[in-house]
Amino acid sequence: MTADPGTTPETAPQAAPAVPARRNEALYFAVRNGKLLAGLAVLLPLLVLAVAGPLLTGGDPNAYVAAPASPPSSERWFGTTMFGQDVFAQFVYGLRITFVVGVLGGGLAAVIGMVIGFTAGYRGGLVDEVLNMLTNIVLVLPALAVLLIVNAYLGIRSVGVQALFIGLTSWPWAARAIRAQTFSLRSRDFVDLARLSGVSTWKIISREIAPNMSSYLVMTFILLFGGSILIAASLDFIGLGPSQGVSLGLMLNNAARWSALHLGLWWWFVPPGAGITAIVGALYVMNVGLDEVFNPKLREL
Amino acid sequence: MRRYFGRKLLVYGLTFLVAVTINWMIPRFMPGDPVQSMLARANVSQPAAVEAMRAHYTGLFGLDLPLWQQYGNFWAALFRGDLGISVWLFPTPVTDVIMRAVPYTLALLVPAILLSWWAGNRFGAFAARRSWLDNTALPIGYVLTATPYMWLAILLAWGLGVVAGVFPVSGGYSFAMRPNWSWEFAGDLALHWFLPFASLFLVAFGGWAIGMRNMIIYELEADYSTYLASLGAPARLIRRYAFRNAVLPQITGLALQLGVLVAGALVTEIVFSYPGLGHLILQAIQNQDFFLLQGAFLFIVVGVLAANFVIDVVYVLVDPRTRTGMGGEAA
Repeated sequence: MTADPGTTPETAPQAAPAVPARRNEALYFAVRNGKLLAGLAVLLPLLVLAVAGPLLTGGDPNAYVAAPASPPSSERWFGTTMFGQDVFAQFVYGLRITFVVGVLGGGLAAVIGMVIGFTAGYRGGLVDEVLNMLTNIVLVLPALAVLLIVNAYLGIRSVGVQALFIGLTSWPWAARAIRAQTFSLRSRDFVDLARLSGVSTWKIISREIAPNMSSYLVMTFILLFGGSILIAASLDFIGLGPSQGVSLGLMLNNAARWSALHLGLWWWFVPPGAGITAIVGALYVMNVGLDEVFNPKLREL
Repeated sequence: MRRYFGRKLLVYGLTFLVAVTINWMIPRFMPGDPVQSMLARANVSQPAAVEAMRAHYTGLFGLDLPLWQQYGNFWAALFRGDLGISVWLFPTPVTDVIMRAVPYTLALLVPAILLSWWAGNRFGAFAARRSWLDNTALPIGYVLTATPYMWLAILLAWGLGVVAGVFPVSGGYSFAMRPNWSWEFAGDLALHWFLPFASLFLVAFGGWAIGMRNMIIYELEADYSTYLASLGAPARLIRRYAFRNAVLPQITGLALQLGVLVAGALVTEIVFSYPGLGHLILQAIQNQDFFLLQGAFLFIVVGVLAANFVIDVVYVLVDPRTRTGMGGEAA
């Protein structure tokens, strides 16, 4: 959905048939790729903070712990909300939810996209027609509008279900891209050979075709991961997120609702947005880095 | 070409069918009684009004009829433009409420989409061939695309609205004014329009610039470019060919990004309390006004489908392959 337009199906470098056996080579270029390292340098600290942070901040992020609306200090690193909640504690818990939604939503979308993309691309014919039609329908249906309706009526208020619905709506562009790649690999010699020796369809897909586009699959997952985070933040911001707990989108919602802007409580709304931007931006930059690692043509030596 | 449009129309038709069916199914198959919950939320005190609403809702849902008949009636009402009556703004029909909001949303979206696309492509192509610019523009572009729309909107509202005090931060026009045809009102509208527009424009601009930059580099390394260069063609000519080729995927990208842009406009409007569809949806959710929500949903779906169709037509005009039928598969 929120695919970086540079890597949409039509624009992606064709199949980038990765160098199979030479695992070390990819690693060699990976540790020398500035973009990949820069992305990781942003992402990993945030991940560590999300995992270990609650140990630092203690239990309930919504607890009223200090004087309301106090600016950042050595005591409260990100200051407090209008109600005296610790913004840093909320930020740390929000990061957790963000990563969870990204992994679950992006993961589910990647799985659906792969199943549909591989099946359509490999099988061809009528199966392809039907799956293609399905993909195109979900593709033009504005996902956020669907999520709004479903969310509002069913009153879903848990992170898992939110991720489930995001996953169910954001797979189409991935399916289309994977289908196109599968299509180009399907008639290669090694696939023909496998087919002639009577290997079953799923084995051909998983042993012959998928490994040859593994780098592409990783990058697809990264983009879906980032997209899920952005969609979840929008939903939370509208007030259709989890009702208990905190998320970065919900923090923005609260800050806007209780006029943090007019009161000048910038420390309330700057961190959550910066957190989302940093995670998603780091993912996009890493994606470009990975592209350079896997695709020899793009390497700057 | 006929095959291409035939396929496209089939997809759009089916999508519309799916959307309407989702819209129809959800209130009927969800737990609880939608009529009762809407009446409770409506907060109308006169018994006559409550009865009128109940009768109207029950009639609209047609809950006593067999399901297939309910489904048929839903479509029939839809084609009459009857989307029910808003609970929040009782007794205004949903269609009227939406029609009042649509001009604001369109005034934000259309310029933001077109200008960001145009400027982003220009800038991306320009940045691709100057390494110092590329090195500074690229990171900024990535940060911009990764920014959630509402956050940039909040930052702009805070920075330029509250702190600097240059722009108003909420509403479509000043409270002191009534809509009328005067320069003064038009100026006021433009002032309120600027910040929401700017936040939409900036996020989208980053995405297009990066996409174009990558495509141009890819095209300039392609065989035809090196061939032209070895023939001694001027760099300008090569770049022009590269640009024409790189623009095609960007048009497809525009179709893919429409839904995201619309979503961005919705949350941006919420930040600025801009009186468009996004603001309406927020009100509908907060007031449990399901008819309004459903109406807005359908409107967005139709809008996105129509915009997609326009992009398809443009694609045919720009890409000769679609005209000969080859591109029917790819696009």
